[in-house]
Amino acid sequence: MNVATRIGAAAVPRAASTQPPAIRFESVSKLYPARGRDAQVTALEGVSLAVAPGEIYGVIGRSGAGKSTLLRVINGLERPSAGRVLVDGTEVGGLDGAGLRTLRRRIGMIFQHFNLLSSRTVFDNIGFPLELAGARRPAIAARVGELLELVGLEDKRGRYPAELSGGQKQRVGIARALATEPRVLLSDEATSALDPETTRSILDLLRRVNALTGVTIVLITHEMQVIKDIADRVAVIEGGGIIEEGAVYDVFARPQTATARSFVASVTGSGVPDDLAAALSPCPVEGGRAVLRIVLTGEQATAPFLSHLARSAGIDVQILSGQVDRIGGAPFGNLLLAVPVLAEATALAVVREHGLSGEGLGYVA
Amino acid sequence: MSPELIGLIVDATGETLYMVAVAALLGTLLGLPLGVFLATSGRGELFEAVALNRVLGLVVNATRSTPFIILVVAIIPFTRLVAGTSIGTNAAMVPLTVAATPFIARIIEAAVREVDHGLSEASRAMGATPMQIVVKVLLPEARPAIVLGLTLTVVSLIGYSAMVGAVGGGGLGDLGIRYGYQRFMPEVMAAVVVVLIVLVQSLQSVGEALARHVNKRIRPA
Repeated sequence: MNVATRIGAAAVPRAASTQPPAIRFESVSKLYPARGRDAQVTALEGVSLAVAPGEIYGVIGRSGAGKSTLLRVINGLERPSAGRVLVDGTEVGGLDGAGLRTLRRRIGMIFQHFNLLSSRTVFDNIGFPLELAGARRPAIAARVGELLELVGLEDKRGRYPAELSGGQKQRVGIARALATEPRVLLSDEATSALDPETTRSILDLLRRVNALTGVTIVLITHEMQVIKDIADRVAVIEGGGIIEEGAVYDVFARPQTATARSFVASVTGSGVPDDLAAALSPCPVEGGRAVLRIVLTGEQATAPFLSHLARSAGIDVQILSGQVDRIGGAPFGNLLLAVPVLAEATALAVVREHGLSGEGLGYVA
Repeated sequence: MSPELIGLIVDATGETLYMVAVAALLGTLLGLPLGVFLATSGRGELFEAVALNRVLGLVVNATRSTPFIILVVAIIPFTRLVAGTSIGTNAAMVPLTVAATPFIARIIEAAVREVDHGLSEASRAMGATPMQIVVKVLLPEARPAIVLGLTLTVVSLIGYSAMVGAVGGGGLGDLGIRYGYQRFMPEVMAAVVVVLIVLVQSLQSVGEALARHVNKRIRPA
């Protein structure tokens, strides 16, 4: 997919594209060889991508699509079977045990199930990576103090993980991942075990950390909402390969693949409700109505086309479903409208006059 | 009961505690690393050594499937080599330790395997060395299960220690057999059983309290 040819209204990557990428994949494949009765599994196949420094890069896919492996080859928890992974120009596959440990101190990671040590307090969990790196007690205490403040858990420093809520545990996870001041933060479905409200607060924290420290974030998720809320760019992964990639706004506005469309529909209401889909007929119905889908994007997203339709063109418009939202700070929406069959062509013309795209989906009685 | 008999019971209790304590201590020193290795040397694990893992597993199973009384007799030459004699309380500690080591190893292995794999992975991602993962993650996280397992070991060792009377090991079991059974003194037998019950009960309670204390996974009420 040629990203450069897509027109993005608002989603300019935060970092200038002239900087060398923080993370680069060059035709990375990962095979798990057949063993016993288990057939060979291809987790990644010829994945190439580049993540700019300071960017929030989202990878979305269904379970088994390979996103977990994609994340784990970045810090060498998994080794690619073919291809190269470079972090800040260093090839991960070329490092020995000690080199890999040094690299991992510059890459933080957070997890769906938090993976906190149950036998350690919040304080000792956050200080753990520093302790592993051989930092002295006073240095650890100072850094952990800063981190506790950053994630808003100063009052929980002596608590054990079992005494915390899910959101608090993930805050500890984030503080721990940031302890060694990493350049890259990997997020493995970090909000998938959390309720929507807690998810929002954790995503807010990640965005704040990104803005504050400039840490590059690579996150994998199966929830498009997460991508929409914080990612700058998104890659859609399926069957171990990246099938679509681009600025989040562009993928939302013009998804190219069926998988991307279904992910987009899951949060934007661009899908057609089931009962309506069942009633749709491809032929006009005498005295019936035409169903139109209008995509509101770009600078014209908020153009007053509805009132124009009604007032100037004299068309009665019904709103069947829809959603208007902001993605990456730019308005974006989807509307399903019904207009009298005879007015269909006029309505679409008015929509296009407003710089929006619209299509006829079918007819209802 | 005469003061002499009471003295005998006190002495025998001391012998039992001594044997069991030393065997448990030595068994832990040997069984702990063995158990950790068994738990972490399988395919794709921290200290992958599949062949050695298999061999050690076989040795552990062989020792554990030998009935203790047979083990005691079978390793008499080894006992003589280590303790200088094959008779007495000190000698009895050798077969007790040999029996305790694989038992403890399996208990440690099971406890370490129970630790959530995600914690190992997270620690690797933080740049921990394999040794750091064992010392700072696996063992502390497995501590409640290890404490309960060691309590079980000590209780089993008290049972085993009754059998080392066969090699003149002394202790409560020996006293019960010689006085209670062979000299027809049921009051001695009863006293021995009562002391054993109290001993086991107290050890179990202490072990459970300790396990609760080190278990931070349960939200305090």
